[in-house]
Amino acid sequence: MAYIKLDREKCKGCMLCISVCPKGQLKEDKGLNKKGIRPVRFLDKDCSGCAFCAIICPDCCIEVYK
Amino acid sequence: MKKIFGRTRSLRGVDTHYCQGCGHGVVHRLIAEVIDELNIREITIGVTPVGCAVVAYDYWDFDCVESAHGRGLAVATAIKRLQPDKIVFTYQGDGDLAAIGTAETIHAANRGENLTVVFINNTVYGMTGGQMAPTTLIGQKTATSPLGRNEKTEGYPLRISELLAQLQGVYSVERSSTDSVQGILKTKNAIKAAFKNQMENKGFSLVEVLSACPTYWVLSPVESLDWIKNTMSKVFPPGRIK
Amino acid sequence: MKRNQKILLSGNEAVAKSAIDAGCRFYAGYPITPQNELIGYMAKNMASSGGIFIQSESELSAISMVFGASASGVRAMTSSSSPGISLMQEEISYIAGAELPAVIVNIMRAGPGLGNIWPAQSDYFQAVKGGGQGDYHCIALAPSSVQEAYDLTLEAFVLADKYRIPAIILGDAMLGQMMEPLVANGKNYKPLAISHKPKEWAATGCFGRKPNVVKSFYLNLGDLEKFNLKLQKKYKNIKQKEQRCEALNINDARIILVAYGTMARLAKEAMLSLREKGIKAGLIRPISLWPFPQKIFQRLAISAKRLVFLVIEMSYGQMLEDVKLAVNGRRRVEFLGRSGGGIPTEEEIIKSSLSLLSS
Repeated sequence: MAYIKLDREKCKGCMLCISVCPKGQLKEDKGLNKKGIRPVRFLDKDCSGCAFCAIICPDCCIEVYK
Repeated sequence: MKKIFGRTRSLRGVDTHYCQGCGHGVVHRLIAEVIDELNIREITIGVTPVGCAVVAYDYWDFDCVESAHGRGLAVATAIKRLQPDKIVFTYQGDGDLAAIGTAETIHAANRGENLTVVFINNTVYGMTGGQMAPTTLIGQKTATSPLGRNEKTEGYPLRISELLAQLQGVYSVERSSTDSVQGILKTKNAIKAAFKNQMENKGFSLVEVLSACPTYWVLSPVESLDWIKNTMSKVFPPGRIK
Repeated sequence: MKRNQKILLSGNEAVAKSAIDAGCRFYAGYPITPQNELIGYMAKNMASSGGIFIQSESELSAISMVFGASASGVRAMTSSSSPGISLMQEEISYIAGAELPAVIVNIMRAGPGLGNIWPAQSDYFQAVKGGGQGDYHCIALAPSSVQEAYDLTLEAFVLADKYRIPAIILGDAMLGQMMEPLVANGKNYKPLAISHKPKEWAATGCFGRKPNVVKSFYLNLGDLEKFNLKLQKKYKNIKQKEQRCEALNINDARIILVAYGTMARLAKEAMLSLREKGIKAGLIRPISLWPFPQKIFQRLAISAKRLVFLVIEMSYGQMLEDVKLAVNGRRRVEFLGRSGGGIPTEEEIIKSSLSLLSS
């Protein structure tokens, strides 16, 4: 199984990754990061390692492992 | 488990000043990835613009030279002529490349300078507060076209890529879109080809990138990508132009 | 060429030849009268000297190319005449702000506007006060002969490199167009000028070192002020060390004529004629316009003698202000000037001097 590492503090909360994840593994976090915005949270249940999230991320917050 | 995607060497791990969902971040990363894949970081000189990407040199980890607004291709021309063994590219927005710098752009292209140009088209001036750009669409509302761009008084969106493709000195022109994962991958390929052209001394290569400005389009980042796909791409169709 | 052999060149050509002799390996320019012999000389000779010549699409582009060339660590120059130099001002400020060396030649014509192509000195303010945005200075040197056009251009490249500053050669249409004999490899030829050191700050690719960035942008509050203070310190140092002028017959003078460039040659003739009439006249010819040769004026202004300065310009009084600042109200400073292509004649200078001394 694959997984991602998401830099919660770097995330600007644009949610583009959520919109492209084919497995629905990304969600808006309820808490705030240091920027004061709600970052994205990785559910880590069914990641295929397609890296779509990392490719669309404008802020290079995501590393993908497979 | 192996890392299959992470930050590349030529991109510094710093926070950028770009707004949420801004396309600059994606294109900065693609350029850095291409430079590292081609193994040219140590011989690359980037020419940065005036506009939102003014401090791109803080995000890239290779030599960069600032240029005055619109003058990128004049600055790059001198650098490349004097250092033909180096890889020189400009990164320019629509106001920079297609309004104030139109003369420098057209003449560098016409001279066939062996340069790579990454041209960010997001239809607005972002840095100064979302004013009308030469590429603003008809009817699009901006800070300086509050009723929407009217072709009778402001003219039509300037398709500078098509215009440049007419020039004999130009080797390649491609338009690409960052509206989707697939679009981003295509954009990367286009940028890579444009750098390779320079490495093979083929001449002036330009990639126009349709890029999101959610802040001044007054759309969410996700809606912005839809707008590129459904509206902007109709006026600026992606694909190889030359 | 044999040592001390004389050659015949126009002022424009002398500047161009000097630049190439100084190791200038990049020139970009746009045609404009009365400096076309300069761009023509560069077009003919730059490539064979191993350099790059580009006829740019505008003066905006020419000076931007010089920015790029200098950022590459190469000695670079552009030239133009008044209206074209006005177009370059934004980028000259960038060059100053990025601390790049560059040489900019202004063969002045008469203004304002399109004006005409006759000689004038009405771009003095623009050259010495900073014609573009921000608190910056260019070194400005004013040759008065073809020989000096050659010598000072060499010097401009050396100073530009030494202080990482734009240096302006300020000539006029008369200097640009007139032909005079010139010794190109005489006593003023400095082999040092071509053996300039590599510039470790240049953008040449980051092989084996940390990346270099050539820029004039300081977004964070405080950073720009800090940088500006550094520039001011540099300017103060230049003001201390680089004042240049020619002074003739000043020690016993009751009237000192002050003129620069070709105007100074007429002033010198007038001064000699006055001496023949028994009048104790002297001449100060500023060679560096920035830094202005203040020291000599300050020294004379506090001397006990009765003394009057007559500033003569092909303008309506621009250098006059710097003379007045240096003299600081301690001595009379009067002015004679014509502009728009008119040149104060020797007779006019003599007449003015005589009437000043009798008043």
